[in-house]
Amino acid sequence: MARAESTQDRGAARLAAGPEIISGPAAAGAPPKQRSARRKRIELAILLGPPLILFIGFVFVPMIFAIWYSLYNWNGYGPLSDFIGLQNYQGVVTGSVFHQALLHNIIIAVLSVVIQLPISIGLALLLNRRMRGQTALRLAVFTPYVLSQATSAVMWSMLLSHGGPVDSLLKSVGLAALIHFWLASTSLVLYTLFFVVTWQFIGFGIVLLLAGLQGIPPELREAAAIDGASSWQITRRIMLPLLSPTIRIWIFLAVIGSLQLFDIVWIMTLGGPANASQTMLTYLYFNGAERTQFGYGATVSVVLFIISFVFALAYQRYALRRDTAGAVTRAVG
Amino acid sequence: MTVLGAARGRGHADTAARRRTWITRPGTYLVILFVLAITLVPMLYLILSGFRTTGQLGSNPNGLPHPWVWSNYASILESAVFWQAVLNSAIIAVVATALAMVLGSMAAFALSRYAFRGRDGLFLLFTAGLLFPLNTAALPLFLMLQKIGMNDNLLGVALPEAAFSLPVTIVILRPFMRAIPGELEDAATVDGATRIRFFVRILLPLSRPALITVGILAFVTSWNTYLLPLIVLSTPSHFTLPLAVAMFQSQYSTDTARVFAYTALSMLPALSIFVFAQRYLVGGLVGAIRG
Repeated sequence: MARAESTQDRGAARLAAGPEIISGPAAAGAPPKQRSARRKRIELAILLGPPLILFIGFVFVPMIFAIWYSLYNWNGYGPLSDFIGLQNYQGVVTGSVFHQALLHNIIIAVLSVVIQLPISIGLALLLNRRMRGQTALRLAVFTPYVLSQATSAVMWSMLLSHGGPVDSLLKSVGLAALIHFWLASTSLVLYTLFFVVTWQFIGFGIVLLLAGLQGIPPELREAAAIDGASSWQITRRIMLPLLSPTIRIWIFLAVIGSLQLFDIVWIMTLGGPANASQTMLTYLYFNGAERTQFGYGATVSVVLFIISFVFALAYQRYALRRDTAGAVTRAVG
Repeated sequence: MTVLGAARGRGHADTAARRRTWITRPGTYLVILFVLAITLVPMLYLILSGFRTTGQLGSNPNGLPHPWVWSNYASILESAVFWQAVLNSAIIAVVATALAMVLGSMAAFALSRYAFRGRDGLFLLFTAGLLFPLNTAALPLFLMLQKIGMNDNLLGVALPEAAFSLPVTIVILRPFMRAIPGELEDAATVDGATRIRFFVRILLPLSRPALITVGILAFVTSWNTYLLPLIVLSTPSHFTLPLAVAMFQSQYSTDTARVFAYTALSMLPALSIFVFAQRYLVGGLVGAIRG
């Protein structure tokens, strides 16, 4: 903040000094138009300079660092001297653990679209109807989204621990047969994590879809009802098609989120047992930060970035093309 | 964009279509009850379990506290480590939010009310940041911060968070500032105000609702970030609350009741911000995505 203020002060000082500086050429016969053009340029520099420096410095420059470090074998000690070209990339792309991690990210993304999306649409349709306590209901559904993923992860790892509250609840209602090693079974762990991810994020998706539903003019439904359409027909033939731009944005956000999955997985399982819940980011963190293979970690960052970016571009090209709504869409236009 | 409260003004939509419905009433309430249970019961359980001893939890995991035990919460509230983590999170979130708001509104002003060559390109550059989540950049940021000696430094977390909040800030503020009529600016100019003065004295106060949304978004995002501080901060006294919660769990894994209490307490700040600001937060998040 101090930085921003001092920049503004300097800006103000420059502005105050402005007329004097400008009076020179003006006296020499410069037209007033030129004077205001120069003034505009100074103002733009003051307004855009600091944000651009911060943005480029902390968003783009790190990526250049990542590309640079990815060409070296470097463990954090000593100078960056062991240049190995594209060997790190070869290691990442052919590594079986990375393949597993990528597969897990893809499974989570597919499960989101196949399971979370229908549930979200159904609940959004429900919550869109007039009923008592509607606002409170929407708030309740949204609440998990504002918690930090770390908090939810700790909470659920306690609840799901072996013999913990969830297990004893199942036992007390006579469903002891359903008790499993939720987090310790290699075949189950990914789905347990998917449940926690769903718990945390479904509320946001529902609120997004609700906003989309409210953008549909009620006259359309009323007209269809007068024409004798059933409630199911109205939902199927009018609401869902008109909701599809929102659904496409929902899918986009869900897939990008699935590719970035880290906090919940790392805290609950560390990517285990036996890599069964490894994601690209837990793989990155384990190799890059824990084992201090920074060159290799930087390579995973670059690969992950490329995967996300290619997905974003492809999705924009083939799925979001028809939509005009949304900054996310326009961003890659 | 007040999604949550929008139902109130729509009484006229009570038509045949709404009454004749394929989802029956009792069914609706059953589904809602189920959703509410899954959403809220885990959090309630967590808070209640903080009032029990680990022994109670072992003998009767799903009962109510009996007797109610205050020592878990009390010992955490008395521990300097907990408050240090709260303070660290607060410092980082305040710096990141202030920076994102000040610099974001400056950029949004320039990009909304000045005509200049390359304006659309610049806007595109900022919005491209939306496709580039902070988590992907965490390790590269660490490498850069290490190079410039800002490792294990609260600013080293706050500055990147501010930078990554700029795209959303600009995307929300720009249309808002654009919609403010040009006559207002002309009038200010006639009265002798410079454009910067117009920005500070007139445009910013008028943009208050959007600024609040943007501020809350930046604050909550920063408050909840885990991976960047995990990589950048190494001294435990610099840890933020999410790091402290995870560390507490691994340190006191045998004292379950205390971990429950710690986790419950760590939920409070985010939950109270949410209760006070839900209108702005929800509207802002949805607005950010739909442009």
